[in-house]
Amino acid sequence: MITLTQKHRFRVPIHAENITPDIFETKTIDEIKILPVFEGNRRRVIADLFKVDDDSSNEDRTIHLVGDLTKLKKIGAKMSLGQIVVDGSVGMRLGEGMRGGTITVKGNADSWVGTMMKGGLIEVLGNAGDYIGASYRGSTEGMKKGTIVVHGDAGSDVGCFMKNGLIKVLGNIGSFAGINMRDGTILVKGDSEGRLGAQMRGGKIVVLGHVPSILPTFTINSIRRRARVGNERVSGPFYMYNGDIAEMGEGRLYVSKAKNPHLKVYERYLPS
Amino acid sequence: MSLLLKNGFVYDPLNGVNGEVMDILTEGGKIVERHRSKDLKIIDVSGMVVMPGGVDIHSHIAGSEVNAGRLLRPEDHFKDVEVKGKVTRSGVGYSIPSTFTTGYRYTKMGYTTVMVPSMPPLEARHTHEEMDDTPMIDKAAYPLLSDWWVVLEHIRDNKIEECAAHIAWIMKATKGYAIKLVNPGGLEAWGFGKNVQSIDDPVPNFGITPREIIRGLCKVNKLLNLPHTIHVHTNNLGKPGNYLTTLKTMHCVKDLAEETKPVIHITHCQFSAYKGSDWSNIRSGAERIARYVNRNSHVTIDLGQIAFTDTTTMTADGPFQYGLYQLSGNKWMNHDVETETSSGVVPFRYRRKSYVHATQWTIGLELALFIRSPWKVFLTTDHPNAAPFTTYPLIISWLMSRHARERLLKKINRKARRRCVLTTIDREYDLSEIAIATRAGTAKALGLTWKGHLGVDADADVAVYALNPRRLNLSKEYDLIEKAFERTAYTIKGGEVVSRRGEVVKSVLGQTYWADVKTLEPNEASSEFKQRFKDYWTVQYENYPIPENYLHSSKPVPVKAEV
Repeated sequence: MITLTQKHRFRVPIHAENITPDIFETKTIDEIKILPVFEGNRRRVIADLFKVDDDSSNEDRTIHLVGDLTKLKKIGAKMSLGQIVVDGSVGMRLGEGMRGGTITVKGNADSWVGTMMKGGLIEVLGNAGDYIGASYRGSTEGMKKGTIVVHGDAGSDVGCFMKNGLIKVLGNIGSFAGINMRDGTILVKGDSEGRLGAQMRGGKIVVLGHVPSILPTFTINSIRRRARVGNERVSGPFYMYNGDIAEMGEGRLYVSKAKNPHLKVYERYLPS
Repeated sequence: MSLLLKNGFVYDPLNGVNGEVMDILTEGGKIVERHRSKDLKIIDVSGMVVMPGGVDIHSHIAGSEVNAGRLLRPEDHFKDVEVKGKVTRSGVGYSIPSTFTTGYRYTKMGYTTVMVPSMPPLEARHTHEEMDDTPMIDKAAYPLLSDWWVVLEHIRDNKIEECAAHIAWIMKATKGYAIKLVNPGGLEAWGFGKNVQSIDDPVPNFGITPREIIRGLCKVNKLLNLPHTIHVHTNNLGKPGNYLTTLKTMHCVKDLAEETKPVIHITHCQFSAYKGSDWSNIRSGAERIARYVNRNSHVTIDLGQIAFTDTTTMTADGPFQYGLYQLSGNKWMNHDVETETSSGVVPFRYRRKSYVHATQWTIGLELALFIRSPWKVFLTTDHPNAAPFTTYPLIISWLMSRHARERLLKKINRKARRRCVLTTIDREYDLSEIAIATRAGTAKALGLTWKGHLGVDADADVAVYALNPRRLNLSKEYDLIEKAFERTAYTIKGGEVVSRRGEVVKSVLGQTYWADVKTLEPNEASSEFKQRFKDYWTVQYENYPIPENYLHSSKPVPVKAEV
């Protein structure tokens, strides 16, 4: 196990794309210490910012990061194997373009968690910011595979242009979840701020909590007793909507019936 | 300082040099016979190919539509980042690189002169600002004139001489170099949500046809003695069945030609060479167009060759871009440039497995291989419409090697492969023909007499490629062609080594050429014209012309007009 402990408080953003198991695996501890990282516009090495310990008694090559790492961007970018465990909070673009392996964050994560992800698992035990599993700005290539689990709350635009995979938010979620979604699944155990699935063309959004309203471009399809999320089944009952019709979309929106009595008006439009 | 390139295989088609081992001597930014200065630097280039610096006849590298494309596509930038170097600036961009990166990448490929083919006169200031910020290369811009109200009115009233005088003023005011026509008449119609379907359709509100516009501007071009011909983006571009429109467009100015001098240049011809009635049965019209070009001497074309990649389309052809948006469903932009022209931007990905895209790919190469004389067909990708200019080395390898083509043909859409005739073509360009299609021919077509060759008094723009044509079987070792043309061993600009082994070693500014048309009578804008500016433009007349001292490095090309 390799442990990187923060040496001092970070004031400016740090590009940490070199902190991945793929790069660490091929290097000795001395080589890891001199891997370049940019602190703001200054070129530094890992040993300038972190105390690096190698617990050689432990065969496993997990990277253990300790400290307040909210200034660290792109931790685990493009990683394809191994494990990163963060004892603290992290900055933006955690696991960008990740292909495999596992990242666990015990604190909070900033926006763009798992953006352009292609596989693997990211677990955030605290809250996470906006644009989880999204595409890069302007692009239509969002998350393609893999799983992101946020145990706390998440911000807005979660799963923007998501192409496949699974995002689970166990707390509440901001507005515009699943915007422009193409396929895949988003599960929200808490409440949503609404505007679910705007411009979605496919995929599934399941909300177990309160939803203020449904966008006018969604039509009710049926009432379902349960919804399938990955390999598990979530029990409802749910109002199931289709949309976004403005995009000729075939997305599915499952909204808890029990938590949303104000949506009862839709029942009269149900096909008999 | 003098510079001597020793013992290279020199390819200089304009002077009839075809791969002979020669020395090239430069001094004071020119090629010379004998040097006077004592400071002589010798570079041994034995076993390497020496060519004049590349001249690109059509590449959208600066201007408002290019910048709009940059704004529209942040995702194009982040995957392709250039870090600041010792003499270079940082930059981004794959299909629409930032200005400095554009200059550096061109110079690394051995190009030293690039033409910006679409400059709405109203956006000339912006275009020149961006061109000033594009280092390493000489450049010029073609103002868009085929849908200018004033031009259309003159043509309607059959006042060709007045029209010529007006365009002489425009060339000076916008610091333009040649007359560019884009979907003549169609863009004016697009202002009213319409388009023209053939070269004989009436243009709304003017009662003239695209044929009259093309012929009118061709006559104007002759009256003004502009160095280049009219540069035409045809009507119906990008539509199945449009090869007939292209043939008509080429033919409609045939009687204006004198002797063997070209009078019309059809640009990115691949997009105008489709047979068929819709996208499902689109086929190549390259053979018909090539036959016409082979039989006639008044036409030159450039390719607009596709490479299978992610790129950004941008033209002044608003209706075409709207159609492309409908086809692709991608994000898009469309813009109306007041009384002058329109424009549009749509990101696009050409896919090998798509029947249409694969057919387009074969059409470009068929044009290049069917047209016998390389002096009539030039290499472009209509950067960035069919592919970024950084794919030129790849395209050169396709032209030079049957095996390179065959390798890709195996991977393209099966229906497209079955239907195309490219599989039966054995022709391979040699290095001399490549030199014509990428520098000598383009320089000649553009009237840049001091470019594109290595004769005495030519600009000392030289590209040295690490390629030994005597040792290698280029047809089989096409990977080496691509590698060599990607990064020159040396690029020499104005007598100085600016790039070495793919690394920029010196940043130079590059000049901006423009046609300084001298009319018989002094050319002043009339008060009536100034009044119309007040009525119709958002810009005051006084702010419209660009003063010469506005350009960083202005190089007027004197032209004596007949009006």
